[in-house]
Amino acid sequence: MEIAALSRRQFLMATLTATGGLMIGASLPRITTAKSSTPLNAFLTIEPDGKTIIGVSQPDMGQGMYTTMSMLVAEEFDADWSRVSVEQLPLMLTRDAEGNMAWKHVPQGAGGSTSVVNLYQPLREFGARARQLMLGAAAKRWNVATDALRTEPGKVIHAASGRSVKYADLAQEAAALEPATEVPPLKSPSEFRLIGKEVGARKVREVVDGTTTYGIDVQMPGMRHAVIARCPYFDGELAEFDDTDARKVPGVLDVVTMSGPGTGKPYSTMAPGVAVIAESTWAAIRGRDALKIRWDEGPFRGETTAGFDDDCRKALDNDSAGLVVRSDGDLDAALDDAATVVTRRYRLPYVHHATMEPQNCYADMRDDGCTVIGPMQMPSGASRLIAGLTGFDRMAIDIRMTRLGGGFGRRLTSDFAAEAVLVSRAAGVPVKVTWTREDDMAHDFLRPGGWHELSAGLGEDGVINAWRHRVASPSKYYRREDATAWEAEVYTDDPPAGLVDHLRYEYLEMNSGAWRGSWRAPAHTANAFTVQSFIDELAVESGRDPLEYRLALLGEARELPYSNHGGPTWNPGRLAEVLKVAADKAGWGRTYPEGEGLGIAGHFTFGGYVAWVAHVRVGPDGGLRVLRLTGAVDCGLAVNPNGIRAQMEGGACDALSTALGEEVTIDGGRHRETNFHQYRLMRIDQAPRAIDVHIVQGSDQPAGLGEPPVPPLAPALTNAIYAATGKRIRALPIADQLMT
Amino acid sequence: MKFKLNGATEQYDGDPGQPLLWALRDSYGLTGSKFGCGIGNCGACTVHIDGRAVRSCVTPMNAVDGRTITTIEGLSPNASHAVQRAWIEEDVPQCGYCQAGQIMAVASMLSATPNPTDDDIDRQHTNICRCGTYVRIRKAIHRAAAYLRQEA
Repeated sequence: MEIAALSRRQFLMATLTATGGLMIGASLPRITTAKSSTPLNAFLTIEPDGKTIIGVSQPDMGQGMYTTMSMLVAEEFDADWSRVSVEQLPLMLTRDAEGNMAWKHVPQGAGGSTSVVNLYQPLREFGARARQLMLGAAAKRWNVATDALRTEPGKVIHAASGRSVKYADLAQEAAALEPATEVPPLKSPSEFRLIGKEVGARKVREVVDGTTTYGIDVQMPGMRHAVIARCPYFDGELAEFDDTDARKVPGVLDVVTMSGPGTGKPYSTMAPGVAVIAESTWAAIRGRDALKIRWDEGPFRGETTAGFDDDCRKALDNDSAGLVVRSDGDLDAALDDAATVVTRRYRLPYVHHATMEPQNCYADMRDDGCTVIGPMQMPSGASRLIAGLTGFDRMAIDIRMTRLGGGFGRRLTSDFAAEAVLVSRAAGVPVKVTWTREDDMAHDFLRPGGWHELSAGLGEDGVINAWRHRVASPSKYYRREDATAWEAEVYTDDPPAGLVDHLRYEYLEMNSGAWRGSWRAPAHTANAFTVQSFIDELAVESGRDPLEYRLALLGEARELPYSNHGGPTWNPGRLAEVLKVAADKAGWGRTYPEGEGLGIAGHFTFGGYVAWVAHVRVGPDGGLRVLRLTGAVDCGLAVNPNGIRAQMEGGACDALSTALGEEVTIDGGRHRETNFHQYRLMRIDQAPRAIDVHIVQGSDQPAGLGEPPVPPLAPALTNAIYAATGKRIRALPIADQLMT
Repeated sequence: MKFKLNGATEQYDGDPGQPLLWALRDSYGLTGSKFGCGIGNCGACTVHIDGRAVRSCVTPMNAVDGRTITTIEGLSPNASHAVQRAWIEEDVPQCGYCQAGQIMAVASMLSATPNPTDDDIDRQHTNICRCGTYVRIRKAIHRAAAYLRQEA
């Protein structure tokens, strides 16, 4: 990293403009600095030996961007995939004609399963433009018309004369050509060589040989190490501290304070704290251990999980307490008329991201700008935040993403980058701030916990005529002026909206001091669990098969309006199809011995449709074994099938781990769990030995798949437990509820 | 204290209580071994000492005097170890952060249990993968075991 970082820095020095400003993302890409290589555009560089370097603009946190994004560029360029290597591009911004900040090339960031949706077109265009340059160069060299030429991976061919030339041998001539202003025609899907195919993943080798540089691995010249004692209490403050002993620890260089976000203000850092700067990480950790700090425990010092659960239940006990956020038909009359009314409550815990790589960030504050390197999901958010904290022009803030050791929504927020900037400024040296596991678990933007109450009015045949869903939870939208609390927790067009005539969604905003934020598929996890559990209960109540009952509710294929993220429409027929495929492949309908069974659930999340069938066995002692998961996914055009299977497998395990045992409990206005011995992540012994994935292509446009696999898994699991044992799990995590 | 690190002899005269992990990362520039928990629970920091897997985040430097340490960087030239090849062929990593530790743990497990059953794997392999690549890890373990048996 040091060598690469130095050369990158030297490269930056060389691109200082005449006015002294830094040209960020200028037409010369920063993906390589080798003199002999030829950049064709911001995303493509060719080396003399034919190696094709594709820059990836999106951060990769395990969702497969390095492979999927470079496939899009390589497809239209007609690159020889076996010679493609991938580099992470930095944040590339520009200032438009009106002086506003704009994306230099493409939107950058990873959240909401949007990368493949946003970049499917533009990245192919970059590839096609570069291919056009190759064709132009060959046409010029051979003095033939461009349309007499075609390409094969890595070369241009003139069939009439039998001549061919490698891209590498044409690169310099191609780069000298003026790029066409018009976008060349893109391939039709029948011409795809890479998209939709089983191609080898990129950047795997660097992981298995240990040479990948994650944020926590960054080493820079003159860099010092910092570890921070942060106030662990929600909205608490630093009262006083004594750093006498800390400064005596060998290797400790300095101790500085760090400001918090301020009560009720949007987060910059998560909490105020005291930073110890040292020659090594270990010295900084030991120095921090030696600090004596008294915290002001803040306004939430009395908050506990038990109290929070009570508050939610009491709120739901008041039948008129909810804010009505969607109302169709005449719910009250329909409930009065129903042959049967079923009401159930479900409980969701606070959940922690627990990225394997704890938060960290490097920052080098200079007088006229700064360099920030770290594992960011939203580099532009980091840039904006840092501009606000420092007053720097955003063009003077150089943001570089490393590979991320997990994201899951945690690194959408850039508080760790803000910390590094503040500590570097206070200490006057470049620093890397490293969070210990205990730091990471004590300070996280948790997925909000809460209680849901669902009621349905059923006709004689079990048909759902009335549906009421009441959500009592704090919102992940808080301390911000641009958002409405309920919108983060209730998606008004989520099914069964549009499927049931008399329907009402209500939100009861709960008070909690806990830090809250986006956790992979945000509120879809809670809503899919509750809705898909409840539908299962209604099927049982009506004596109907859970699959058949769902299909009857969904009905025919048709587009229904969907104003939430992932719209503008959704199609119940596509959800029905993935349910049918998953059920069919899992052998739905088979009978099992006592203690064994299948459960099914499906959900539409951010443009993608996923259904899971879980096959479980519960022993007489309550021991749960997930024998097999069978999934079906429709994310439209399947760009990278291997990546889709990986996200399905990983998403299922993430959701399974969460359902089995994950919860952050609160005591005294702070998190109780401190490390993995208390916050229990699933290990291989609990993971299913088989996860089968079936890909259905219901559209010719791709949808992202980082999140859709997660929401339907927990209800498929708990529905399977019901099928196996007759025990209905209505509170997550499952923990010891099956133990007898 | 003196020890062997990926084949080279090293002298260490820093804090004897410093965990091996932090010395590897900060003093020797070997960042392939990862910090995950600091309490020996997750396995991201796994290295070999005298050929056996240990969790370097809870191994103090004074325990490595005279020992032979191998990290992921020293496991093989060119990622050629059977476990690394199996990891590439099964395309195991997602975020990849835990995988060096997984590979070091599996390499050690297979030297003691060359033909593990799924139950053996469940009992003996305890590293956390937060991305949930366990199905592929299991496949890769079986594939690596087959490679090692061929090589033996």
